[in-house]
Amino acid sequence: MTITDAPGRTTGATPRPPAKPGKVRATLQFLRNVWRGLTSMRTALILLFLLALASLPGALLPQWDNGREKTQAYLDEHTTWGPLLNKLGFFDVFASPWYSAIYLLLFISLIGCVLPRSVDFARQLRAKPVRTPRNLARMPLSTEYRVDTDPEATADRVEQQLRQRHWRVLRSAEPATAGGYTVSAEKGYLREFGNLVFHFSLIGLLGAVATGALFGYSGSRLIGTGESYCSSVASYDTFRAGITVDGTDLTPFCVQLDKLTAQFSPEGMATGFQADVQYQANPQQPGDAWQRTTIEVNEPLRLNGQRLYLMGHGYAPELKVTWPNGQTRDVTSNFISNDASLLSTGAVKIPDPPGVPADQNSTKQLAIAGLFAPTAVVQGGIMTSVFPQATAPGLAVKIYRGDLGVNSGVPQSVYAIDQGQVDAGKLKEIKEVNLMVGQRTTLDDGTTIEFTGYRNWAALQTSYDPGQFWALVFAVLLLGGLMISLIIKRRRVWFRITPIGADNGPDAGAGGAGRSLVSVGGLARTDQAGYGAEFDTVARLAGPAVPDPATEAAASTATSPEHSQQAESAAAPAVPGTERRRRQRAGLGDPAQPERESDE
Amino acid sequence: MNPNSSIAQVSDLAFQATMAAYLVALVCLGIELAAKRRAPTELEAVSAARRVAAKSGLLVGSGAGAANTAGIAGTAATAGSTPSGSADVTVTSGQQPPTAAQTQGPAQPPSWSERFGRAAMVVTVVGLVANLISIVTRGIAAGRLPLANVYEFSAAFCFVAVLCWVVLAAKTKARGLGLFVLTPVTLLAFLAGTVLWQKAGPVVASLNSYWKWIHVTTVSISGSVLLVSGAASVMYLLRHRYDRKVTEHPDDVDLANSLPGKLPSLQLLDKIAYRTAIVAFPLYTFAIIAGALWAEVAWGRYWSWDPKETVAFISWVFYAGYLHARHTSGWRGVRAAWVNIVGFAAIIFNLFFINYVVTGLHSYAS
Ligand code: HEM
Repeated sequence: MTITDAPGRTTGATPRPPAKPGKVRATLQFLRNVWRGLTSMRTALILLFLLALASLPGALLPQWDNGREKTQAYLDEHTTWGPLLNKLGFFDVFASPWYSAIYLLLFISLIGCVLPRSVDFARQLRAKPVRTPRNLARMPLSTEYRVDTDPEATADRVEQQLRQRHWRVLRSAEPATAGGYTVSAEKGYLREFGNLVFHFSLIGLLGAVATGALFGYSGSRLIGTGESYCSSVASYDTFRAGITVDGTDLTPFCVQLDKLTAQFSPEGMATGFQADVQYQANPQQPGDAWQRTTIEVNEPLRLNGQRLYLMGHGYAPELKVTWPNGQTRDVTSNFISNDASLLSTGAVKIPDPPGVPADQNSTKQLAIAGLFAPTAVVQGGIMTSVFPQATAPGLAVKIYRGDLGVNSGVPQSVYAIDQGQVDAGKLKEIKEVNLMVGQRTTLDDGTTIEFTGYRNWAALQTSYDPGQFWALVFAVLLLGGLMISLIIKRRRVWFRITPIGADNGPDAGAGGAGRSLVSVGGLARTDQAGYGAEFDTVARLAGPAVPDPATEAAASTATSPEHSQQAESAAAPAVPGTERRRRQRAGLGDPAQPERESDE
Repeated sequence: MNPNSSIAQVSDLAFQATMAAYLVALVCLGIELAAKRRAPTELEAVSAARRVAAKSGLLVGSGAGAANTAGIAGTAATAGSTPSGSADVTVTSGQQPPTAAQTQGPAQPPSWSERFGRAAMVVTVVGLVANLISIVTRGIAAGRLPLANVYEFSAAFCFVAVLCWVVLAAKTKARGLGLFVLTPVTLLAFLAGTVLWQKAGPVVASLNSYWKWIHVTTVSISGSVLLVSGAASVMYLLRHRYDRKVTEHPDDVDLANSLPGKLPSLQLLDKIAYRTAIVAFPLYTFAIIAGALWAEVAWGRYWSWDPKETVAFISWVFYAGYLHARHTSGWRGVRAAWVNIVGFAAIIFNLFFINYVVTGLHSYAS
């Protein structure tokens, strides 16, 4: 129907018939088509491919979430398209609007597909097997033979045997032939059940993942031996908050690092490390005692849904600084490494040297920055580490004096000095020195710095994800459903059992009383593969076949061994005398479900 | 000499033997296929079947071969059936499949192509045993499950893929698949034995978790089986193109005799691809779940969209797409085969590219 909107055409006297019902119908029609399109198998397929495609940049480009430095480096390197990609969300693919759009559409499609199927399935559960078709020879699998029992006994036997094998059976009298019976049977309902469980689990899994993204958090920090902290956003070096998490309601716990031990192979590979800790699970509750435990790689501490992980370890050199006025201070700082020999870099900063008035701080602040080598070897003045264990710790550092720039308000790395201050001449390098434990160096103003030793630090991470348990539950369901759905095969079989001599054409009169002709047809509703062999067994359930005098004579002239494996040659015309037929036709199946039908 | 290092040497020798055996088997299979007569056309098949039937009529009538159809067919003598179009992989009735060679009569010696084919199977099995020895001795030398680096992973990958193919070849008699399985496997074996090779040694602490072993073992097994599936799909595409061309140019003898015509039928190839995929896909799913469980204990997060996880997800989605495609009109056959191949490409991409080029939590690159 066309609707003309030109206002000039309508006269006030004769108003046009209201266009509304048509519009509504058209809109409904349109919506229905959209819905049908969205929930069709083809759309699901396309959306799946889109999902895969859209995930690809998440693997190939650095992501903010997984590596801030690398992403920043990439941006610095690719100044032309970097910012554009960044704006389009290519460095945060899995939180980008286009990615969300794809998976949301996919899941809408999934729900739209799975709900009606569940209804269908519930209906099918109560439905009886399909009645026996008129011509069983037309089925993809069929056979015909004679047995020595009368139709009723034969039908009894077939029915009982099928039930024993967990087929759902419907037996009825054959209307066309007096004294005849048909038995139709079906099995494999569990397949659809498994398939539905699988698809519903996908929805559950998405929900669990979303829960984690909304309410979960994680925080990490380095902690030296002897140190402790209580969990709060401020206590972490880095904190990753879920969408609804503002950090005010973390469940607090306290932890103290007592000892860190590490084992290395002779080649210097880290083979294991452990942190002995004490913790308080509920420090706010009175009487909550400190408990001891050991955290290891792959062995987190689980408390109140929060999990505490040992992620790494390293060294912190300990120094003793003695100022000319005799005042001393022990200082330390964590050095970090990304090298198997644990050669580490870091900086010890002293922003408030004792005895210096605050206004003179900017000329007297000290920094000792450089390398820590657990097993130091010096060659040509250059210190390297030959083994990750601290057997002969050495320190190769530069010593700076001046303004560290820590009061400027701009946060700076705790592992390095601000090179900008050096470049600006505000922070001056006054000495470069290699020290082994116990050695000291004296600066120009008489200050001495002694390398007294080292301590270990551990990198701890707190994680909380309330969706995690459910993710596991749905993943297990998903796997179970998938296996059921792929293993279970949907099969149908029909038997038509007629008395011999009734109206069997060539056999008329040839058979004696109490014999039956059994025709069997089989259809695989899902996956044809493998039904051939199974059909052979099932089809024989009516009892041992007896020879038929009419075909016996004919057959001796033309036979060939039964060879179902001769798949290579296409279906050939039937050899005369053939009793057992197999046909495999593409698309043969249940016409009611054309999209779901398989042609295997 | 350290006993461990001599065991490690045995492992390396065995792996060299594996490489050699796979290469020889590959060459034999190539010769077999080149020398093989094309599968008979429909008409040829019928007349061949008739000939066989006429010759062996007596034999079949009294032979045991017909016994298990006798029950159904009434008498042994009527047990003859058509050389059916069924491409049923699982039917292994124990009867001789009438190959082209056998239509010349059972008494004749096997043809040249047949001999090469059999030799290929024998050499393959030898290679398989050497491969297994190499893996086991490597495990003993390193004192752990030998799946800790890309070399070990590749060795296991080759083993399972070849094993899967040998089993399929025994079941379906479709040796042709071997060419397409052994080509990537041999390539991978040579890569593994040369560039990727690493000394047997311990693993870093974070890799020492039983979830990790479960995860890596299942990833490699499912990946290998998916290789066989992908190979079957590649052959499907080749065969499909051939079939189409032959129908377009029925008189082109050269074309009709070209190599793709000697491949198994479309139905069989599709079936092999599907059946291997539905075995491997749940296993792959399990492997990913095991990986997530491991990530939870090792990294504090069960899924972090690390590049390796992301590509695993992508290949998983492709395989889900493959299974869907087989139920979607217009997508069965050629398109589904493509999806299967892309899925496998993603797995290979994950194994090599991501390990060596992109750095992430999983990376062995450093
Ligand atoms: C989140 C996205 C989806 C994934 C990962 C997925 C995955 C799968 C997998 C792995 C299978 C194979 C298992 C089997 O054959 O039973 C399958 C089957 C199937 N899926 Fe999905 N699916 C998704 C969405 C959908 C949607 C949106 C629909 C409906 C349009 C759908 C309908 C079906 C149907 C009808 C089958 C085959 C049932 C049969 O074998 O008879 N799926 N799906």
